[in-house]
Amino acid sequence: MPEKANLSQLYNKYFYADQMPTMWCPGCGNGVVAMSMCRAIERVGTDMDKLIHVAGIGCSSVAHWYTTFTALQTNHGRALAGATGIKFANPELTVVVTMGDGDCAAIGGNHFIHACRRNIDVTAIVYNNFNYGMTGGQSSPTTPLNSRGISAPYGNIEAPFDICKLAEAAGATYVARGAVYYTKDLISLIEGGIRHKGFSVIDVLTPCVTVYGRRNKQGTPGEMFKAQKNMTVSAKKAQKMSTEELNGRLMRGVLVEREAPEFTEEYEKIITRAQAGGE
Amino acid sequence: MNKTQVKLIRGNDACAEGAIAAGVRFFAGYPITPSSEIATAMARRLPQVGGRFIQMEDEIGSLGAAIGAALTGVKAMDATSGPGMSLKAENLGLAAMIEVPLLLVDVQRVGPSIGMATSPAQGDVMQARYGSHGDYGIIVISPSSVQEMFDLTIKAVDLSERFRTPVILLADQVVGHMREKVVMPPYDEIKTAYRPEPSGPPEEYLPYRGDEAGIPPMAKFGTPYHWYANSSSHGEDSFQATGDHVISEKLIQRLVNKIEKNKKEIIEVRGELLDDAEIVVLAYGCTARSARGAVLKARREGIKAGFFRPVVLWPVPDEEIAQVANSARAIIVPEMNMGQYVHPVREAAGGKAEVFSLSKVGGLAISSDEILAKIREVKKNA
Repeated sequence: MPEKANLSQLYNKYFYADQMPTMWCPGCGNGVVAMSMCRAIERVGTDMDKLIHVAGIGCSSVAHWYTTFTALQTNHGRALAGATGIKFANPELTVVVTMGDGDCAAIGGNHFIHACRRNIDVTAIVYNNFNYGMTGGQSSPTTPLNSRGISAPYGNIEAPFDICKLAEAAGATYVARGAVYYTKDLISLIEGGIRHKGFSVIDVLTPCVTVYGRRNKQGTPGEMFKAQKNMTVSAKKAQKMSTEELNGRLMRGVLVEREAPEFTEEYEKIITRAQAGGE
Repeated sequence: MNKTQVKLIRGNDACAEGAIAAGVRFFAGYPITPSSEIATAMARRLPQVGGRFIQMEDEIGSLGAAIGAALTGVKAMDATSGPGMSLKAENLGLAAMIEVPLLLVDVQRVGPSIGMATSPAQGDVMQARYGSHGDYGIIVISPSSVQEMFDLTIKAVDLSERFRTPVILLADQVVGHMREKVVMPPYDEIKTAYRPEPSGPPEEYLPYRGDEAGIPPMAKFGTPYHWYANSSSHGEDSFQATGDHVISEKLIQRLVNKIEKNKKEIIEVRGELLDDAEIVVLAYGCTARSARGAVLKARREGIKAGFFRPVVLWPVPDEEIAQVANSARAIIVPEMNMGQYVHPVREAAGGKAEVFSLSKVGGLAISSDEILAKIREVKKNA
């Protein structure tokens, strides 16, 4: 592969052409996230044999159907449990997880907060589309207040999670938010997560046009992509803005980046101590 | 350990040592009575042998982590009790579906629900076989002594690797917490299988094409063999086949048949005094101990009693049970549940011998006198 690979070279390296077309609806943002992930991996230069892709279940967790990495597709919500076992058993592997907002923060919420706390060197990409798309558009833990879902026909009355704040509070050492409208930034954010030593979370806003957008009258796919400009604000810009000015807009960019002992490295020290006969 | 060790230890500790001897180098668990001692022993022992231990956030996560570890090529295990088994049902199905070799120990306690944490039961027999949704095959082994907590743990690991399947060691609180003498041979003399691995070019690798016995070769994660461990219905190439009913049927049949059709290599039974036996007591786990005692007592009374024990509960040794049913008049199945294993026994007996259930629940072991009383009753009503 040349230093600056073109799109078709990247496509042939990272995707199985015979598995196309994808199952994603026209206008869905998920393909942008999947390609951004591959571009980030290309930039890091990870050995293709040593990268393991772990996925849960949902519209997020089908990227691995098309990518050429070795992959584990777990049960719904359990991607991080499987990823933890893979990384811990063989720390030489690079483990990238893709999961949806329901996958990550509802059914898999316990695994998520503990993966953050444990600070195991795994990169988690959350495809956040504000609802359960695959099952027809039920409200999820990130559905905004008053939004409609097929399971919230009168509007959602539950306050949503901010996945980044949740990850930060639980102890994740790299937390970022990206949006598919800002594709170049997204690639850099995922690259940063893979390079970071410790548990990395990249919450990615990706429009669900067919079930969420339609039900909430958010317009065409193009309009939903563009709406991310108003929905978000860069973390840098946000620093200079008042709460009133922010007005509930979500911050984009790297939100947390700090060093802390990494789980598998700490365990290696335990092995050394145990083998020396110490307690 | 390069010499034979003779120790007085607890069943759960014997299980942990058996796992170390069998080459298990990864344990993920969650605290639960009466199995926790297995986890705590592994927390201490694994790093000593270069292995890894992790206490996960819940029972679901621990089996999930063991599955992930097993995919990288390490022999992995998890241990729990009934309430944990209920939670693990989901990931047990995943392990069966993606054909991951691993050992899951269930030290049974009284249920349902939280039940009685420190009292024994045999109420998870059907759950161990059928606990996860859908159809799949699985191996379930039932130890009756502390020595067997060591020996059968090794057997379980060996079978899991040979048949690329999760294996459940279905123990109970009696064998888990009891202390007995255990003889442990030098560990370097203990040989267990390692999963069949692919040898051809990576681009031709079919991770779900079974060999003659139905067992596909398994590549370690992190090698040039790229593949999916796919929880969805999949073809031999591991790609999605959720719309193909022919592929799905073929997959499910292979998952069941790789265990059922190879049962001759898996099952293990013990029998005593069967040649002239009219009444046979068929028992497993801790109940097999008092069952054998009851048979010996009955013989002293002149009753032609015999003892039969399936060491492997699932797959069912149906031909061996049928053989017993052909020569005996009655089979008594004492169990610490409301009658679970009695059902496959009755099916295997096929009406050739009358099958009686002796059921006891509430957390007290079945005594040999209780079984003897049942033998006398069956004898009297003959």
